[in-house]
Amino acid sequence: MNGRRLMLAHFYVAFAAFAVGTIFGLLQTLSRASAITLGGFFDYYKLLTAHGVLLAIVFTTFFIAGISTYAVYDSMPVKSRSTNVGWIAWWVMTIGTVMAAVTILAGNASVLYTFYAPLKASPTFYIGATLLIVGSWIVFFDFLLHAKAWRVTHRGERLPLPAFMATVNFLMWFLATLGVAVEMLYLIPWSLGWTQGVDVAMTRMYFWYFGHPLVYFWILGAYLAWYGMVPKMLKVPVFSDALTRVAFIGFLLLSLPVGIHHQFSDPGIAGQWKLLQTFLTLLVVVPSLMTAYALFATFEESAFAKGQRGFVNIVKSLPWNDASFTGIVLAMILFIFGGFGGIVNASYSIDRVVHNTMWVVGHFHITVGGPVALTFLAISYRLIPALTGRALWSENWAKAQVWLWFIGMSVMSLAMHIQGLLGAPRRVSDIAYYGSSEAAAWHPWALLTAGGGIVLMLSVVAFVVNIIGTLRNDERVGSETLFAETRANEAPPPMGLDRLKFWTVVAVALVIIAYAGPVMEHYQQHIYLAPGMRTW
Amino acid sequence: MHVHRYERLWIWIGTITMMVFFAVLLVVSFGQGLAAPNHVQTIDPAKISSTPPFDHPGLRKLSDGTYEAYYVGQVFSWNPQSITVPVGSTVHFYVTASDVVHGFLLPGTDVNLEVMPGWVSTATQHFDTPGEYLIVCNQYCGAGHQNMFAKVEVK
Ligand code: HEM
Ligand SMILES: [Cu+2]
Ligand SMILES: [Cu+2]
Repeated sequence: MNGRRLMLAHFYVAFAAFAVGTIFGLLQTLSRASAITLGGFFDYYKLLTAHGVLLAIVFTTFFIAGISTYAVYDSMPVKSRSTNVGWIAWWVMTIGTVMAAVTILAGNASVLYTFYAPLKASPTFYIGATLLIVGSWIVFFDFLLHAKAWRVTHRGERLPLPAFMATVNFLMWFLATLGVAVEMLYLIPWSLGWTQGVDVAMTRMYFWYFGHPLVYFWILGAYLAWYGMVPKMLKVPVFSDALTRVAFIGFLLLSLPVGIHHQFSDPGIAGQWKLLQTFLTLLVVVPSLMTAYALFATFEESAFAKGQRGFVNIVKSLPWNDASFTGIVLAMILFIFGGFGGIVNASYSIDRVVHNTMWVVGHFHITVGGPVALTFLAISYRLIPALTGRALWSENWAKAQVWLWFIGMSVMSLAMHIQGLLGAPRRVSDIAYYGSSEAAAWHPWALLTAGGGIVLMLSVVAFVVNIIGTLRNDERVGSETLFAETRANEAPPPMGLDRLKFWTVVAVALVIIAYAGPVMEHYQQHIYLAPGMRTW
Repeated sequence: MHVHRYERLWIWIGTITMMVFFAVLLVVSFGQGLAAPNHVQTIDPAKISSTPPFDHPGLRKLSDGTYEAYYVGQVFSWNPQSITVPVGSTVHFYVTASDVVHGFLLPGTDVNLEVMPGWVSTATQHFDTPGEYLIVCNQYCGAGHQNMFAKVEVK
C-alpha cells in the first residue's frame, strides 16, 4: 500500500494537537474549581479557544483524514498511484492549522471554537480555519481520484465497504463545511475592515448548519473502526455489508438538516422551524439503534464461534487483553450515556434548563471526548504498528491508558452534568461569583471535575509515552490489513445504496426543506449589521 | 436485501420509539402550549438608549399584576443590576444586547436565553419561592465574562 507516510503525517499532527489541547483542559478544570488563577499568557479564554480548536477540530479532522485515507488506499489497491494530491491536502491543512493556532496563542483570537460574531478575531484566525477546511476538501478529492484509478481495473464493481464508509463521511463533511465556508465569506472581509458590519443571526445559522454534521463526522470516523475493524479483532466477518451502508446513508441524510436544534434559545428563528428540525433530529434514532445491533451481534457471533453462550460467558470470552478492543468497548459504553443526554438536549422543553450550562460540556465530553477520542486512541495502537512496521511498545501501558481514560471521562463528565443541572454556566473562568450562595453549591462538583481531569491527564501521558516508545521500537511486526472481510455468502447489497450522486441530491433536498423557511423569514426581518469588537 | 428476523424486530422497536417521541412532542407543543422558544422581535443595537422601553431598563408592573423586566447587556454587566419582586409574581423578561452576544441564565428556573445585538429575547418565569436569584451571563462575551451577573430578589 502507498501513502503510509502520508497517513502517519496526519496522525502526528492529530497527536500533537491532542497532547497540547488536553493540558489546557486540565488547567481549565483547575481554574473553575478556584484551585488556580489563570492569567497572562495562560489567559483562561485563550486556553479554552485553543482547547476547543485543537481537540474538536484539529485532532479530529487530522485523525479522520488519516484513518479514512487508510480505509480508501487499503481497500482499493491501485498500483503506483502518486500520493501528491494527498500531500497537498496535508500541507494546506497543516499551514491553516499553524496560522490559526499561532493567532490564538498570540491572544488575537480568543473567540472560542464557535467564533460567534460580532466577537472579532484577527483575519489570520479565519483564514487559517478556512485553509484547514479547504485542505480537508482536497482529501475528499483525493479519495475520488483514487476510486477512479481503482475503477480502471474494477469496472462496474461497488466500492469496498471501508472505502464506502470513508467516502460517505467525507461527502457529508464536504456538504457541511460549505456552510462554514460561506460564513467565512462574511467574516474574513469584515475582520479585514473591508465591510462595516456582520449579520449576526445568519452567521450563527451557517455555523450550526455545519456544527451538527461536525459531530457526525467525528462519530462516523469512529464507526469506521467499530464497523470495519472490531470484527477483525474478533476474527469474524463484518455483521452485514448492506446494513452498514444503509446506516451510513442514514447518517449522511439526517446530519445536515438539523443544526437549528443548537439554536433553540436564539432569537430570530420562529418556533415552528425549531419544531420542524426537532422532528428531523429524532429520526437519527433508527440508524443509531441499527449500529448498536450490528456491534452486539458481532460480539455474540465471535463468542458463538468459540462455543460460548449466555450473557456472562459471552462477555468473558471477549479479548479483554487486547487494548484496542477494550478501549473501543469502553468507548461504546460511554456512548450509550451520550445518547441519553442527546435526547435531553434535542427536546427544547428540557433544553432550556441545560442550555449553555456545564451539562452541555459534560455531554460532549461523553460523546466526542469519550467515545470518539477513546476510539481514536485505542485504534492507534493498531494503526501505528501497521503503518510503521514497529511493534507496540507496551500492551500493558495501552490497557492502563484506555481504562484511565474511561474512568477519568466518566467522573469528569458526570460531575459536569451535575454542575449543569444545578445551574452552573459553561465557558466561565471561575464560577465563584463573589461568594454567591447559589454558586457555592457548584464548587464541590467543580472539584470532582478537576479530579477527573487529573486522571485523564495520566491517561494522556501513558498514550504519548507509548506512541514515542513504539516509534523507537526495533521489534518488527507485519502489516496485515486492519479491516475485516465482509461475509462471503451475504447477498450483495442493493446497488442503489452506492449511488452517491443520488443520495447527495436527497441530502440537499432535505437541507432545503429544513432551512428554506427560517432563511426566508430571516431576510424579511430588518437586519441590523453589527460592527463587532475585540472584547478580550 | 436480507435482514435477519431479530434485526427486523429491533428496527421496528427503534421506529416505534421514534414515533412515541414524535407523539410526545406534538402533545407537548400543541396540547400543553409548551412551544419552542419563539422570539423574533428586532431592535437597532446602536439606538437602544433611545428606544423605549429599553431607554429605561428595569421593572414595570402591568395592570394584571404581572411584571415586565427590560434588560440590556453590554460588556461586562447587566442593566438593571438588581430587581425586587414579591413572592408569587410572574415576570416577563425582555433582554437585548448592545455589543456582542451574551447569555441570560437564571439558574434553577426556565429562563435561559441567547441575547444577540439586533434582537430581543424573551422568557416568562413565575417566582414562588422567596430568595435571591442569580442572573449569570452564560455566553462567552470577553475578558470579563465571569464578572457579568445580576440579581433578582424575591420577597
Ligand atoms: C484531559 C482531558 C480533558 C479535560 C480535562 C477537558 C476539560 C474541559 C473543560 C473543563 C471544559 C469547559 C470549560 C468551560 O466551559 O469553561 C472543556 C471544554 C471543551 N472540551 Fe474538553 N477536556 C478534555 C478533553 C477533551 C477532548 C478529548 C475533546 C474533544 C475531542 C474536548 C473538547 C472540548 C470542547 C469542544 C470544549 C468546549 C469549548 C468551548 O466551550 O468553547 N475536550 N474541556
Ligand atoms: Cu447537534
Ligand atoms: Cu458573558
